[in-house]
Amino acid sequence: MVAIKMHLTLYTVLLFNFFNSFVSALYFHIGETEKKCFIEEIPDETMIIGNYRTQLYDKQREEYLPATQGLGMFVEVKDPDEKIILSRQYGSEGRFTFTSHTPGEHQICLHSNSSKFALFAGGMLRVHLDIQVGEHANNYAEIAAKDKLTELQLRVRQLVEQVDQIQKEQNYQRYREERFRQTSESTNQRVLWWSIVQTLILVAIGFWQMRHLKSFFEAKKLVVVYFIEGQMLKTEL
Amino acid sequence: MCNGYIRVLVQVLCAHLLCGWVHGSELTFELPDNAKQCFYEDIIIGTKCTLEFQVVTGGHYDVDCRLEDPDGAVLYKEMKKQYDSFTFNAPKNGTYKFCFSNEFSTFTHKTVYFDFQVGDDPPLFPNENRVTALTQMESACVSIHEALKSVIDYQTHFRLREAQGRSRAEDLNTRVAFWSIGEAVILLVVSISQVVLLRSFFSDKKTTTTRVGS
Repeated sequence: MVAIKMHLTLYTVLLFNFFNSFVSALYFHIGETEKKCFIEEIPDETMIIGNYRTQLYDKQREEYLPATQGLGMFVEVKDPDEKIILSRQYGSEGRFTFTSHTPGEHQICLHSNSSKFALFAGGMLRVHLDIQVGEHANNYAEIAAKDKLTELQLRVRQLVEQVDQIQKEQNYQRYREERFRQTSESTNQRVLWWSIVQTLILVAIGFWQMRHLKSFFEAKKLVVVYFIEGQMLKTEL
Repeated sequence: MCNGYIRVLVQVLCAHLLCGWVHGSELTFELPDNAKQCFYEDIIIGTKCTLEFQVVTGGHYDVDCRLEDPDGAVLYKEMKKQYDSFTFNAPKNGTYKFCFSNEFSTFTHKTVYFDFQVGDDPPLFPNENRVTALTQMESACVSIHEALKSVIDYQTHFRLREAQGRSRAEDLNTRVAFWSIGEAVILLVVSISQVVLLRSFFSDKKTTTTRVGS
């Protein structure tokens, strides 16, 4: 009896989660050939779930209606080393998931796969987007139904996930700080070397200029003495 | 059994319906020069919303931000701000629009982070009796959850500040490298041309002197 109730609850929850991914979220407009990219700076082993829904402007009814079939969105995800970890085409509504394996800035890019420019009819495509990172990506109702947790156990589970995320972020923070410190030390080194080299160059050039000009003017003095006969000449120019 | 099931069904349905109007969106995107990016959200009257943004990389780390209600009335407008946080209660039902503009910049693109919270977080699990008080354990869990949420929030802010600092440091490093090489080249070119120019002055005089003499 209880088992049946649990199963029914699980299926209901899953069914509603399916619809839940299509609730209205933040939206923005995108042009036909435009590519919109979002950056997520995350530690490693973090899961990201993205949900999107598109609507196309219908000129006749003058409102945004769900996009026609065949109009899909191309989703491309790049990891911090510019390697593509997800590159797939989804329909007018889609859900993409990936887990990061290296910490850093991941780039999520979306663009429509429309090749017929007339399809947009000069309008824009409205994209509803929702990106959940790390602990927020967990579906607690599903976890509770699957592992049969009581409410208290579920709350503690949520706390555990949150603390996990905090710990990962702290690790990543330490790695980032090291990089920052390396950059600062490299700048310091460069500035130090540059000051020394610049001083040496200046001094060397100064010597060379003076020596070259001195020999040049000495040569000139001889020439001037030769042509102007018997006249008293000053030694400096 | 059926009754119990229907009750759970209704609760799950309510929880999911609520989810549509209580959530937060946190995005980081790149704003090219002379560009404007707008985001829209449907909000119900009376919901407490918070918009927070910060410029992570680019130029002078500032951006214009503007928040409008469904009738176009401006609720928040700031020019060239580095970071800010704005809380408001939605005065009307409808679509709210907020825009970030980099139109004042000619060649730097900026990376902007924003966090738009609508309402409070959804409840963890559809509670059977929300009226009765939580047990001590449950309220302890709730307070730990809130504290951890603020820790994560601080971490995010710290991460953004660190990214900003690191971006400046890397910019500085590249600039120092380019400027060192550039200045060395300029020094050599200027000193050699000085000498050559001086020589050319006296070369002309020499020709004049020759003509006068002979």
